[in-house]
Amino acid sequence: ALAAGASQADPVEDTLVVNGEIEMTTVAPAPEHLGGALDVVRSGWLYRGDETRDMQRDDFENPAMLYVEAAATAWSTPEGTAGKSCADCHGDPESMRGLRASVPKVNPNNGELWAMEQFVNGCRTERMGAEAWKWDSQDMRNMTALLSSVSRGLPVNVAIDGPAAPFWEQGKEIYYTRYGQLELACANCHEDNNGRYIRADHLSQGQTNGFPVYRLKQTNLVSLHNRFRGCIRDTRAEPFEIGSPEFVALELYVASRGQGLSIEGPSVRQ
Amino acid sequence: AGAAVAETAPADVKFGEYGEVAASLTGSAGDPASGRKVFSERSAGNCVACHTVSEMVEDVQFHGDVGPSLDGVADRWNEAELRGIVSNAKNVFDGTVMPAFYKTTGYIRPGDAFTTKPATEPLPPLLTAQQIEDLVAYLMTLKE
Ligand code: HEC
Ligand code: HEC
Ligand code: HEC
Repeated sequence: ALAAGASQADPVEDTLVVNGEIEMTTVAPAPEHLGGALDVVRSGWLYRGDETRDMQRDDFENPAMLYVEAAATAWSTPEGTAGKSCADCHGDPESMRGLRASVPKVNPNNGELWAMEQFVNGCRTERMGAEAWKWDSQDMRNMTALLSSVSRGLPVNVAIDGPAAPFWEQGKEIYYTRYGQLELACANCHEDNNGRYIRADHLSQGQTNGFPVYRLKQTNLVSLHNRFRGCIRDTRAEPFEIGSPEFVALELYVASRGQGLSIEGPSVRQ
Repeated sequence: AGAAVAETAPADVKFGEYGEVAASLTGSAGDPASGRKVFSERSAGNCVACHTVSEMVEDVQFHGDVGPSLDGVADRWNEAELRGIVSNAKNVFDGTVMPAFYKTTGYIRPGDAFTTKPATEPLPPLLTAQQIEDLVAYLMTLKE
């Protein structure tokens, strides 16, 4: 019966409380700007198996937390010509609470749409005199996991109007474009067919609130842009570059599809 | 040349008014047993990614359900229609998510299979004329 999938196709009904204290909103009314494309938005957590879901309920069981700890060490380790650490200027990582729920956002200094990775590298290169971390490097994934962890439980709340509007439109355009030889858009899988199986994969809504995620298959943290890249590659297309303006715009648009869901990152996926 | 002479190239396929393709792409009948393999193998048609067929559940794992079950599909469509659906389902079902398996141009950011590298059109079609005929022969066996 499992092989046919159909009977298993719905997301589970379950509630997520992390460490017995952080209550997560895993289902929320769909934001108005979706224009009725979805009734409710759902966390990817609801589409995963029992064991995977359980790992995310407790930080001692969540393998991503080892990377969060590594980042906490990096946070207070001076680096670069200025001899400063993140902690010297920002105090505790908890000072970043709320940020993860609001990125990507327009950087008022240059008008560009910036993801978390760019803010981190901005400080490294401009303020610490240190080298930029590669977008998808272990150091960067660890740091984004730390910065996400301190926002857990807060609702996704990205700005999509004002200076963010053109980036949001660009991201939306990408979301609905049917790429590659298989001619599939994000929407074909995650909007039209979430809840169904594509071969062995149970399709979620492709929400971003759990990122970076710890993937059991990779036994490591996976960045959001890496996931985007994988999804577009699977359409037999040439994906955009990790860290490209296109992917940051897509990140904003997809985040906005999950407004109201709790930040869960770093979450656990199979 | 030899066998290739009789084959219809993707650009030359004649689709009817409803997307059907009357003539065999190879000039001869396909082999249902080979078609069954094309249907189920990930490296070939991988049709099971989206379709379930009860007849296969025992020996092929993980059928998807993005598309309808194909049980009894030969009662719903004739051979020309099935050939049309498999060659380019977009002619039959407007806007369908089902890929066009015998088409070589008109893609956005086409890649070289799953390598992430760009590819230049015309691309090799997803399936060969022979594989399509084999699939059609297999689908024609799915009667209730
Ligand atoms: C020399 C001081 C200094 C150091 C060292 C420093 N930062 Fe910053 N950081 C700032 C200032 C100033 C800002 C901009 C003002 C603000 O938004 O808080 C900023 C902004 C940020 C932001 C964006 C915050 C927001 O709300 O938009 C992030 C994320 C950040 N820093 C992370 C880090 C990390 C991670 C490190 C270490 C790898 C680090 N910073 C090191 C001074 C510093
Ligand atoms: C061919 C189908 C397909 C297409 C097209 C596709 N995805 Fe996915 N995507 C998947 C599958 C399968 C998974 C893993 C199961 C899941 O979480 O849905 C996934 C997972 C994801 C996830 C992780 C969700 C989580 O909670 O861990 C995100 C985010 C995502 N996709 C975004 C996108 C975006 C953005 C696009 C378009 C650029 C896209 N996908 C295109 C099939 C697809
Ligand atoms: C990405 C998903 C997907 C893949 C892969 C796929 N299909 Fe489909 N197929 C569909 C959908 C969805 C429909 C229903 C038509 C529509 O879009 O409304 C369909 C319809 C059909 C139909 C008509 C069914 C009926 O009962 O009316 C046939 C026959 C068919 N597909 C055969 C195949 C074959 C053979 C393959 C592999 C070579 C294949 N499909 C691959 C999604 C897919």
